[in-house]
Amino acid sequence: MGLLSDPNRRKALTNLLTRLNTPICIVCYLAAIVWFMGLAFEPFTLRTYMSENAMGSTMVEERFSSGERALSLAKEFDAHKRKAGGMPVEWLVKAMQARGLEVFTQSFSRKLPFPDENKERYMVGGRNVYGILRAARAPRTEALVITAPCSPGNSNNQAVGLLLALAQYFRNQIYWAKDIIFLVNEHDLIGMQAWLEGYHHTNITGMEYSPLQGRAGSIQAALALELSGDVITSLDLILEGLNGQLPNLDLTNLFYAFCQKLGALCTIQGKLQRNDWDTAEGYTHAAQTMMLMVLKQACGRSWGDHGLFLRYHIEAASIRGINSFRHYKTDATTIGRLVFPSSPGMLTVLTPVVISHLTGVALYLLPVHLQEMAVEHFPVSETEAVVLTAIAIYTAGLALPHNTQRLLSGEGTEQGWKVLKLTALLYLAVLLGCTALINFSLGFILAVTLVPITASITPHMPKALCALAMVLLSPAFTILYCVFIYQELIEAPVSVGEGWMLFLSVISQGILDHALYGSLVYPLLALFIYPCWLMFWNILFWN
Amino acid sequence: MAAPLTLLLIVAVTIRAVLFRSSLAELIVERVEVVSPLNAWKRVVEGLALLDLGVSPYSGDVFHETPLMIYLFHFMVDYAEIVFMIADGITAVALYLSIQTYNKNVFRKQKYALESDRYPADCLELLRSPKEMFYIPLKVAMFYLLNPFTILSCVAKSTCGLNNAIIALFILCTLKGSALLSGILLALATYQSIYPLTLFAPALLFFLQRLYIPVNLRRSSFWFFTLQYAFIYVGSLVVITGLSFFLLGSWDFIPSVYGFIFSVPDLTPNIGLFWYFFAEMFEHFRLFFICVFQINVFFYTIPLSIKLKEHPVFLIFMQIANNLEDRPYPTVGDVALYMAFLPAWSHLYRFLRNIFLVSCVLLACSALFPVLWHLWIYAGSANSNFYYAITLLFNFGQILLVSDYFYAYLRREHHLTHGLYLKKKDGTEATLVLK
Repeated sequence: MGLLSDPNRRKALTNLLTRLNTPICIVCYLAAIVWFMGLAFEPFTLRTYMSENAMGSTMVEERFSSGERALSLAKEFDAHKRKAGGMPVEWLVKAMQARGLEVFTQSFSRKLPFPDENKERYMVGGRNVYGILRAARAPRTEALVITAPCSPGNSNNQAVGLLLALAQYFRNQIYWAKDIIFLVNEHDLIGMQAWLEGYHHTNITGMEYSPLQGRAGSIQAALALELSGDVITSLDLILEGLNGQLPNLDLTNLFYAFCQKLGALCTIQGKLQRNDWDTAEGYTHAAQTMMLMVLKQACGRSWGDHGLFLRYHIEAASIRGINSFRHYKTDATTIGRLVFPSSPGMLTVLTPVVISHLTGVALYLLPVHLQEMAVEHFPVSETEAVVLTAIAIYTAGLALPHNTQRLLSGEGTEQGWKVLKLTALLYLAVLLGCTALINFSLGFILAVTLVPITASITPHMPKALCALAMVLLSPAFTILYCVFIYQELIEAPVSVGEGWMLFLSVISQGILDHALYGSLVYPLLALFIYPCWLMFWNILFWN
Repeated sequence: MAAPLTLLLIVAVTIRAVLFRSSLAELIVERVEVVSPLNAWKRVVEGLALLDLGVSPYSGDVFHETPLMIYLFHFMVDYAEIVFMIADGITAVALYLSIQTYNKNVFRKQKYALESDRYPADCLELLRSPKEMFYIPLKVAMFYLLNPFTILSCVAKSTCGLNNAIIALFILCTLKGSALLSGILLALATYQSIYPLTLFAPALLFFLQRLYIPVNLRRSSFWFFTLQYAFIYVGSLVVITGLSFFLLGSWDFIPSVYGFIFSVPDLTPNIGLFWYFFAEMFEHFRLFFICVFQINVFFYTIPLSIKLKEHPVFLIFMQIANNLEDRPYPTVGDVALYMAFLPAWSHLYRFLRNIFLVSCVLLACSALFPVLWHLWIYAGSANSNFYYAITLLFNFGQILLVSDYFYAYLRREHHLTHGLYLKKKDGTEATLVLK
């Protein structure tokens, strides 16, 4: 180990490193950003490749023909939902039983730590209804899940309708080797969390739920459906789950292959795939899609009902039907053929998807394909109180240097702040490394904003300017910028006032996600990243 | 110095008590870095349950503790947390007293050497002063009690804490000069897990040095004392083993405990190097590699003893550290034991070359262990190679730490005999390299 024991070579290397420290840092930082943006550049990306799972898509025939029946069921469901004022449990139970499923219900309740203004709820209680289609010939050791949420108002009726039509169609098939669970959950993610916790006998979020009476073996894969209109022009595939987890890439490729086979439009992040990869426009399109995915993954919340399955190592994806104003419309039967037969298609092929985890990739960014997602927000006093308290604590930390100067030893010496900067930089490096391993997008965004200012901070720089720079690059402001960039990317730019409101609601959602589903982004930022930033703030005001 | 030590003990007990009552305790009990199949609390509970049912606790291949341990917990299972906190306290106090004795010895020898003019003129700055040595025992106790590894090990109720207590008591008795107690405690430590056997050589060398018996294979006084000490040691070992036989009425514990340690059948990942190798190995070669790996643990005793025969206490430190990297089921509690000694060698600081690198490596690895475990087992984005890479890096860091201290110690001894500013034959400045 010549380098570690030979003093002369060590001295040479150390001298080199200390002399070239700043250029190396700058080069590394720029190279990292360029390389990351290069991920959207066409020659570097892996196109949808042919793995053995994609081959499976050619072996399946699509035979579903009950599109109209699905739509009529959707209308029935809507009517019953309005009459019941919530979830029409009895009608769903009867409908599923009529189709030969074993039906069970689960009730759950949860009191949120503070009222959620986005969805206007505080004490949440509801029931999930699920039916199990037992496999005709095989032992009941594995299961697949198809789920549709029961949402208030007009949304997602068609999803439930298609779910029931599909159950009927499946009942007549004899080749199923796994049990299939058709789940209709209330209160979207809260209901889904209750069901998953009941199914796996865990209680990680403090939810109260009744135990599940019927069970079907270990779940191999899950599909969540969100269809809100009779006419659909494209299908959006949603992948981002809790804490930035993603399902196996093979699932995405499979769905895309099916869509291509049937001639339907498949979008990612709401954006269509373009063919002009070499042009600048094509690149910006791809880069926008990639940044959208990075932002969605970094915020750590589950963007579809499927996101909570990933924690239990179940590959899952959400499919959302979008009706945007295009001339090519697909009617219900074709959608039925696509979605649902891509479901038997997908479901039959989901087994090899699950088996070949080694070839699939679970950490990826998709620079392919826009999305319409309106975020509504109504500021309500209690939520704002919580959020503003969080921000107040954050701002109060800015006064920390004045109070602790007297307590720290080594105050006023050159060595004091150097030791503090060394410790703080090591801590930041380990923290960013661990964060990037778990949620790469989050780690990347934090690194891009925090690294330049923290690497170059010293007490000898102009205090006012540096203080401003540090505050503008602090984690809270990073969230603010991300909100604005996200709104730009989804082509719904907001004004400053609306942006601020959105920012507050993002913080409150972060806290709620942590309390309800165990998302790690908020505790990470509050307990680990923020103290690190405070250490650097202390260095700046060292005297 | 009783007051600071008492304060330290109170602080340490408070931290452990708080953690015992928090929800982190259930998380920590299952971490593979902190517990191993040899010392996990869940297995002790399982063994106790089997014992209560009248069945041999070793049936079922879950329980791998010694019979004395199971009887201890048979009476103390309701007070388990207090037992482990007391064990940590005993270890800290034993280390405190032993380092105090050691420092007194060192200072006395240094005084005699100064009076007989044995040091070259320019190395006076290398000599140790009482002022500098005053706080070292307290620092040693602090390093042990407030080390996060020790706290985690205590909260996980891993019996590694009890093993550490026995080894610390053994070191205390050795340094105080009582050969009988030292032999008995060493036998107890060996009975618990075989690897303290390697500490026989440094203890023997210490006593020989203390009684001014030269280490010469031709002198009868050397053999006389060696046989005495070996007799105490082996005799106590036989007595303890016989006692275990009579406690449980069968010899089951020998294959279950010692057979388990030697043949490494359980390949649960941990911070050691064995599990990955043996998971990938063909059955045909298993015996060969087991022999090679186990010999590796014991083999370093010979060259280290020869090199460090005048410095038995440092040899103890080196032995404990070396044992750790090569044993089949290490945990962070074992790491904490030798790390506690580091303040005793704080005078070597100026000769250490890689201490910054080593501390960064150990810190980063400690942070990455749970992250990569989560990615492998829960998220499915990584596999065993990632976790093993961090294990390798962790062990590499430890080996670097130990070899760095070894180099620094030998270099200081060399300077004390040959002067601080070394010159080559032609008068230019020379540097010392450890090859």
